Amino acid sequence: MRQVFVDTVEEVMRHDPRVAVVLAEISRDAFRPQERVVNVGIREQAMVGVGAGLALAGMRPVVHSYAPFLVERPFEQVKLDFGHQDVGGVLVSIGASYDDPAWGRTHQAPGDVALFDTLPGWTVHVPGHPDEVGPLVRRALAGEDRVYIRLSLRRNASPHPVVEGFTEVRRGARGVVVAVGPVLDTVLAATAGVDVTVLYATTVRPFDAAGLLAAVRGGRANDVLLVEPYLEGTSAHLAAEALADVPHRLRSLGVRRDAELRAYGTAEDHDSAHDLDVPGVAAAVRRMFGPPAAAA
Amino acid sequence: MTVQGKPGYADLPALFRRMTGDEKHEWAAASTLDVLWVLYDRVLDVSPDRVDDPDRDRFLLSKGHGPMAYYAVLAAKGFLEPSLLDDWTSWGSPLGQHPDRVLVDGAEIGSGSLGHGLPLAVGTALGLRLQGRSARTVVLVGDAELDEGSNHEAIALAGRFGLDSLTTVVVDNESGTHGWPGGVAARFAVEGWQTSTVDGRDHGALHDAFTQAHPGRPLAVVAKVEGER
Repeated sequence: MRQVFVDTVEEVMRHDPRVAVVLAEISRDAFRPQERVVNVGIREQAMVGVGAGLALAGMRPVVHSYAPFLVERPFEQVKLDFGHQDVGGVLVSIGASYDDPAWGRTHQAPGDVALFDTLPGWTVHVPGHPDEVGPLVRRALAGEDRVYIRLSLRRNASPHPVVEGFTEVRRGARGVVVAVGPVLDTVLAATAGVDVTVLYATTVRPFDAAGLLAAVRGGRANDVLLVEPYLEGTSAHLAAEALADVPHRLRSLGVRRDAELRAYGTAEDHDSAHDLDVPGVAAAVRRMFGPPAAAA
Repeated sequence: MTVQGKPGYADLPALFRRMTGDEKHEWAAASTLDVLWVLYDRVLDVSPDRVDDPDRDRFLLSKGHGPMAYYAVLAAKGFLEPSLLDDWTSWGSPLGQHPDRVLVDGAEIGSGSLGHGLPLAVGTALGLRLQGRSARTVVLVGDAELDEGSNHEAIALAGRFGLDSLTTVVVDNESGTHGWPGGVAARFAVEGWQTSTVDGRDHGALHDAFTQAHPGRPLAVVAKVEGER
């Protein structure tokens, strides 16, 4: 995903002089040197402030680093330098919740999307396949607004067309499962044989409330399971709001909130620990929607 | 206000009093007053009829608290209708205890949280340079505000980038708790800035400091003022 991001930005920069990139060492070798690619060194507060300053001067900044250093460390800069100044920009992270767990907690940012939920006006994209990255980046660069794009090493086997709302990947009657970005393949495997609708999201803010409500009304049970690759329940408030006038059940899966997991290992190990692997998601599916139909 | 002609420095106390009432000397104690006046009266290429002109100079007030002097100068220079001063900080007024760029014509940034203006100014100056514009970017910070680490990130960057369209004016009333051994200017000089330390009440000295040549280097003007009276 990172390479597609870099290639797309460099291609757009060739014909759009507004676009400039601000980095803080991370990915510095991925971009070809040119004056509109600015590496500020290990200065994440300045990275975000400089990005917003570029926007104040009329440019379209791309600000990029590892997720904790882009979102968490300079969070007040994200809040004030972009939001409060009311300027636009495209923030692009790598690392996700635990792409490379050997680095430990310092390089994990399962709370990033929840943090953006404290700020008005941000669009949040969570692509699930490298082929989805190009269209999302292109659209973000062409706009004027505030966009966060969360890239990951995790990916689904195949891409889906990039659309604004949710994409119905499978239709069923016993409820709805929402899969955000790279968790789609896990969700599809965990719901195999279960009569549920599966919705797929690469854009999670704004949250497609109408799409969720329509999917719920299209089935027999008003039951929704949210599966997100970051903090558990991050979108639960928006799902609940979408279903405010419908008696419903809502459950959320994601990175657990109740403990800091002090373990290294692989991303797959962490999936298991958070019940975000196929057995974990399948168990939640079974509890909510009942067992799968007997195999033919 | 003077009866005729453009408002001048002597009109600032009256504008000030529209916000503060009759507190004696408060206007004169405002540490930023003379710096702001010299900038808007004699240095910056800005005017109310071109607040969106991409080639205007940029003034970023980073030290956003105590904005009465800023509002008074903006009113004197025609950016603000002076009557707005009368009910400042009330519901519905665009003028708060911290300025908001979305609400105040001529305010380039909303400020109040310290340590944001200088990095924003570096990005602004860089963006103007990348677009081939010659506009100046001037940012005002307080000496205590320099405690914020984000400023030191920005000071180093601007020096390394040779951002000669950038000026930082530090209003130094020695209000930082732990101080700056060797003086504030030394912090900038070691990062490659050209520096001047002047009497922050001396309009001529301020003007000379702001208009000195400083090719290839950003400029830091340390304006020394007395502490709270």
